[in-house]
This record gives sequence, C-alpha cells and structure tokens, in this order.
Amino acid sequence: MAISHDDVIHIAALARLELAEDRIPSLVGQLNGILGHMEVLSQTKTDGVRGAEGVGDAGLPLRKDVGPPYPLALPPESFAPSMREGFFLVPRLATHQDGTHRDASVDQE
Amino acid sequence: MTSPALGPRPDSITAVARSFSRMRELGAQNRDGLNLVLSHDQEHAAAAARVIQREIDAGVELGPLAGVPFMAKDNIATLHLPTTCGSRMLEGYISPYEATVITRLQRGGAVLIGKTNCDEFAMGSSTEHSAYGPARNPLDPARVPGGSSGGSAGVVAGGIVRIALGSETGGSVRQPASFCGVVGVKPTYGRVSRYGLVAFASSLDQIGVLGTSVGDAAAAMEVIAGRDTLDSTSTERPVQTYRDAAARTMKGVVIGRPREYFPASLDPRIAALCDRALERLRELGAVVKDVSLPNTELAIPVYYIIAPAEASSNLARYDGVRYGARVTGDGLSDMYERTRSRGFGAEVTRRILLGTYVLSAGYRDAYYKRAQQVRTLIAEDFHTVFTAGVDVLFTPTTPSTAFELGAKIDDPYEMYLSDIFTVTANLAGVPAMSIPIGRVDGLPAGGQVIAPHFGEQAMFRTAFALERSLGAEAHQ
Repeated sequence: MAISHDDVIHIAALARLELAEDRIPSLVGQLNGILGHMEVLSQTKTDGVRGAEGVGDAGLPLRKDVGPPYPLALPPESFAPSMREGFFLVPRLATHQDGTHRDASVDQE
Repeated sequence: MTSPALGPRPDSITAVARSFSRMRELGAQNRDGLNLVLSHDQEHAAAAARVIQREIDAGVELGPLAGVPFMAKDNIATLHLPTTCGSRMLEGYISPYEATVITRLQRGGAVLIGKTNCDEFAMGSSTEHSAYGPARNPLDPARVPGGSSGGSAGVVAGGIVRIALGSETGGSVRQPASFCGVVGVKPTYGRVSRYGLVAFASSLDQIGVLGTSVGDAAAAMEVIAGRDTLDSTSTERPVQTYRDAAARTMKGVVIGRPREYFPASLDPRIAALCDRALERLRELGAVVKDVSLPNTELAIPVYYIIAPAEASSNLARYDGVRYGARVTGDGLSDMYERTRSRGFGAEVTRRILLGTYVLSAGYRDAYYKRAQQVRTLIAEDFHTVFTAGVDVLFTPTTPSTAFELGAKIDDPYEMYLSDIFTVTANLAGVPAMSIPIGRVDGLPAGGQVIAPHFGEQAMFRTAFALERSLGAEAHQ
C-alpha cells in the first residue's frame, strides 16, 4: 500500500497541517520507507486475537464520569493566545461559511 | 530514614549551589555547549533549599530525597519554570498546574533546579529533534546522549544532579541511560501518575527516573509511585520499599535470556558485556535460562503505528486556540494550519502524518487494528515466560553505544531501530530498567532488566546485585 503525493496532501489536510509543495516528495519517500517496514504485520497470523485494550493486569481502568477538580495556579488569561470575558477568542470561520454579515474580526468559542 | 545507597543527607543549600556550579562548569545550559538544560532558576531553587534545610535541621521527617536537587524533562509540567516539550509550539509556556511527580518530590524535600532538553514532544531517540538545538553527551560531546530524555540522562551523567525525571513511550529513559552510563527506570504502566506529563501516546507513556545509582533511582521511585486520583490509570496497589531489595539474595532467582535480544547482528562486544553480567548473577546464585519472546521482531512496526496514531490525536490540541503558539491566518482553518505547521518540527510532523494515515478510512484495519492485535501477542510473550517461572529477563538495552550527532538524523527508520530492545516493555506495560554494565571503546553500554507487571521489587533486586557485583567494572 504505497502512499502517494495526493495521499500526503489528503492526510495533511486531515491533520490540519500546511505543507510546502517542495516538502511533499521527501515526505512521500520517508513515509513509504517507514510503512514498508510495517508490511511484515500483514503476514502475521492474528485470527481470533483481540486488540490490546489498555496494558497491564489492571486493563483499562475507568473512573466515574465526573470531572475531578483541576485547580489552576494561573488563570487561562495567562496562557491563552486571546481571551475576553472568560471566552477563548478565535478568528471567524472565513473558509467555512459566509461571514459577510458579521462585523467582529473574531468569534467567541 | 537514610538510604545506604544514598549515603548521608546532603546539606541542601550546598547541594543546590554545587549543582549550579557544575552545570556552568560543563556549559550544560548553553546552546553551543552540551545544551542539556533548557531552563533553570537558581534564586528560586536556593530559596526552596533554605526552607528544606530549616525543616531538616528541625528534625522534620521528609523522606529519602530530602535536600536533594533534581531536574525534570521539559514535558513534565512545572509551575515556576517553562514547559516547552522541546517545541516552538510551547515556547515560553508556563503551566497553570504542576505534575503530581513534581509535587511528590518537592513535598519529600527534593529541590527542582531546572528543566532538561528533550526531543520535541518526546519523539526521538537522540535529543537532536529539539527545537532548541541538539543536546550532547557529556562523556563525548561529538555523540548524542540518546533520547528522548537525553537532557535528563546527561545532567545525571555530568554530575549536575543525582536524580532526574524523564518520560518513556518506547525507551526514552532506558536508551539515554544506556548511552550516558547511568541508571534509568521505566515503571509498570499505572505505577506512577501521568498527571502533568504532556501526552504523546497515552497507552504507552510513563514517567521514569534517571539516577547515578540503583539506590538513587529506587529512592526516587518510592517517592513518585502510587495512586493519584488525578490519573485514573494509576493503580491502588501499595508501593513497595524498593531500596529494601538491595538486601535480598539472588539465590534461586530465575533470569531469562531471551534469544531474540541477542541476534547475530548484535555488536559482539555488547553481547560479551551482557554475558559477563549474567555470569556474575549466576555466581550470586541466580539460575540463567534461555527463553524466547517470538514476536519481538514485530515490536518496532507495531510501536511505530500505535504511537504515531495516538500522537496524531493527542497533538490535535495544539491549534493556537487555548494555549501555546498562534499564527494568525485568513480565518479559523488557516490559523489552525499555520500554527501547527510552524509550531511543529520535522519529526513531529512526520509522526502526525503517519498516525493520521494509519487511522484514516481504508487503512485503519490494515495498520492500526492489526498493530493492536500484534501488541496483544507481544504482551502474551511476556506473560508466557513469566508464568513459566522466570522472575526477570536480562537483555542489552540498546544494540549500539551512543552514535555521533547527525549519524541517523536523515534516516527515520534507522533512528527508530535504536529502540528495538526497549519498545517491547512499553507495549506490554511491564517495568524495565537499564544499568551500566561496562564500556565499549570508552562508551557506556547498558544492560536491561525486565520484570512482570508490578514486579519492580524483583527488578531492583537484580539491579542492586549486578551493580554491587560489577562495581567499578560497570564504568570501564
């Protein structure tokens, strides 16, 4: 299953990564090189083998579906790129929707 | 309580001053020097040391590391020093909370003095993939210290601190420990809280310890191990006193020598050092037997599917919205893409792409699902030998000694093979540690002890015995 130039562009879009065109050929080569070593797995018998779910004898521990208190020593304003009135500010969804009727340069999330 | 391995408690004020003096003597904090330390704060550390020393003088019982300076890998959250993960994405980022391991060490009187260089988001085996420049091995600055916890191994090897925290996803504590001639411990998955460890691959990540001796590492493990309500994967099991393992005999202990870890391609000088170590353990009364872990050769392919898959999900949070870098663009999507493309380095980008690919429609079953099944087989290999009466396994930690900077940087898969003997323990979740067993052309080689889940006591018993038996030969 060789990975192509278009595959790299596709997965970069899925991963929200902007790749310069001149980087793509080397990435195609590197990813194919790495994935070539993974082909050995297709020759391994795994009929009836369950996929790993967690590790160790404790399996995958669960906790109650409630959030424990996560006390913060610093307010979000100290590390957020942009905040206002307790909201993280982001640019408008210019590439996804018509924003012509919106005046604000940022949307509130 | 004073550990026999740790010796008398140091005067914490003097110890901290000596650490900073040694750091500057080595140039460990200089980008054009060893570049092992990314941030430090002598004033803050000295103030903490004065408080601790007053408590020690007043007779307050703090624990085995009271007054001991330590450093932490830069992917472990701290309140007073930045947590950059070796990435431009988190340049200057000060965490609003602290990792549980940091809290526990500080409550026990240890003094945090700095944060150490690492491969970006712990993705690498040489500490060359740090956005802040490569770290160098203090034993030979032309060579890498290993990775991704190369800075932590280097500051211990350089005599700056006796204890440093690292993190493991596929060998990132044990491999640099081997390259730098120090002790490195990866505990059982769930033994140590991951709260405050910046996530790379959550089913594999564990915080580990690097130390100058088995006793130092055992003492640090006692302090950081145990249940933490802030990490649901941490276990309720009581923590043993690992230093007690020093007094235990090796008589009758069954040590497995897995043949897959001694391939014909292994450097014969490393194989000879392992055989010498096993002979010493045999002389102490241990029984050494050949065993097989037949799926070992599949571990690297499995690891480099599962780890990037989990990383591609974990690193989705770096989008310029809530914290870290933001590069503005033409709308929200453009901001995401620009921020991530400029914030992540080449290796992280490569792994995100790889992880996204193996999880994408049409490929998930062929890669990710298959890898999870083979992971089960690898875990069953360990279960089979341990339930057949083997107490611990002994292997080389790495197939080679520290390589020169740049030697593997252009060949990602060749770099990945550095982890060939260490990734299995992460995939199976079992504890493992590396201890120095000698030198090859003057460079350290490590031997690895692997134990069953929560078998840290047996692992430390073997490591203590070997350390004692080899003595100075471990560093010759």
